[in-house]
Amino acid sequence: MKILVNGDSREVRAADLSGALEELGYGGAVVATAINGEFVPAATREAARLADGDRVEVLAPMQGG
Amino acid sequence: MLRLYDTELRSRLLLGTARYPSPSLLIESVKASGAQIVTVSLRRESGGERAGQGFWSIVRDLGARVLPNTAGCHSAKEAVTTAQMGREIFGTSWVKLEVIGEDETLQPDVFGLVEAARILCGEGFEVFPYTTEDLIVAERLLEAGCRVLMPWGSPIGSGRGLNNLFALKALRARFPEVPMLIDAGIGVPSHAAQALELGFDGVLINTAVSRARNPVGMAAAFAQAVAAGRAAYEAGPMEPRDLAVPSTPVTGKAFLG
Repeated sequence: MKILVNGDSREVRAADLSGALEELGYGGAVVATAINGEFVPAATREAARLADGDRVEVLAPMQGG
Repeated sequence: MLRLYDTELRSRLLLGTARYPSPSLLIESVKASGAQIVTVSLRRESGGERAGQGFWSIVRDLGARVLPNTAGCHSAKEAVTTAQMGREIFGTSWVKLEVIGEDETLQPDVFGLVEAARILCGEGFEVFPYTTEDLIVAERLLEAGCRVLMPWGSPIGSGRGLNNLFALKALRARFPEVPMLIDAGIGVPSHAAQALELGFDGVLINTAVSRARNPVGMAAAFAQAVAAGRAAYEAGPMEPRDLAVPSTPVTGKAFLG
């Protein structure tokens, strides 16, 4: 299915967020996730089903003031 | 000792981690500043580059507490989600809450700020709201559950110092028990000293250090200014007057004219 990952259109096979992260190269990375603007805690990523067109945000620590 | 929520801190200087010429200058600047709290943010991570992972390992080694911000958020909803994501990633309930209302001045949207503060305090966050000097907004933030306030000195990154002294003094006087950190707009160490002399509990500095010609030297200069400003506040500054008052006693002066 096609989902938007950090604003870019990506094709993924996985049906859940955890699998999609693995597929997209985030395996083992310290990231926080949201689907369609709602925070998805790490513990619930496997249970978070993805649907075509979902907007997924994958964030990591960054410099800030 | 500065007390922010239930944490006691020796240093009254908080340092941002953005815009340093290199990671090593960031590390050295944090050391030179003596800061025990550094601010961090969250940005989109690419599965290929994974740039955030390297930065996170640098920050963890600093030995400072992290204060995640919600920089760049323009609505309460966006700020709340960002704060939730930051809490998980950084493992802290602290959040420097920013809801930006306008891009030219990066002025806080105080309505969105109060709304987000209420939600986050309800979810157990310890909120450090980036606000203006407005008294009523401050009151609403405290009602929402905030126990620290971070009024701006002047617009973020402007380096203009304390822009509205009258209102900042009024805010300080109105809530004497609330820890207040001046966040944004500090350009040089004298601005920081002034904030501490006025009774503000600390300052958050970023650009003034990271964009200095010598960030490490400037971080050390800020540390001294903050310490001097605090010492002056505790020593009780004199009241300014409009007219001269001779400091040398007049009594007993010889008549030689």
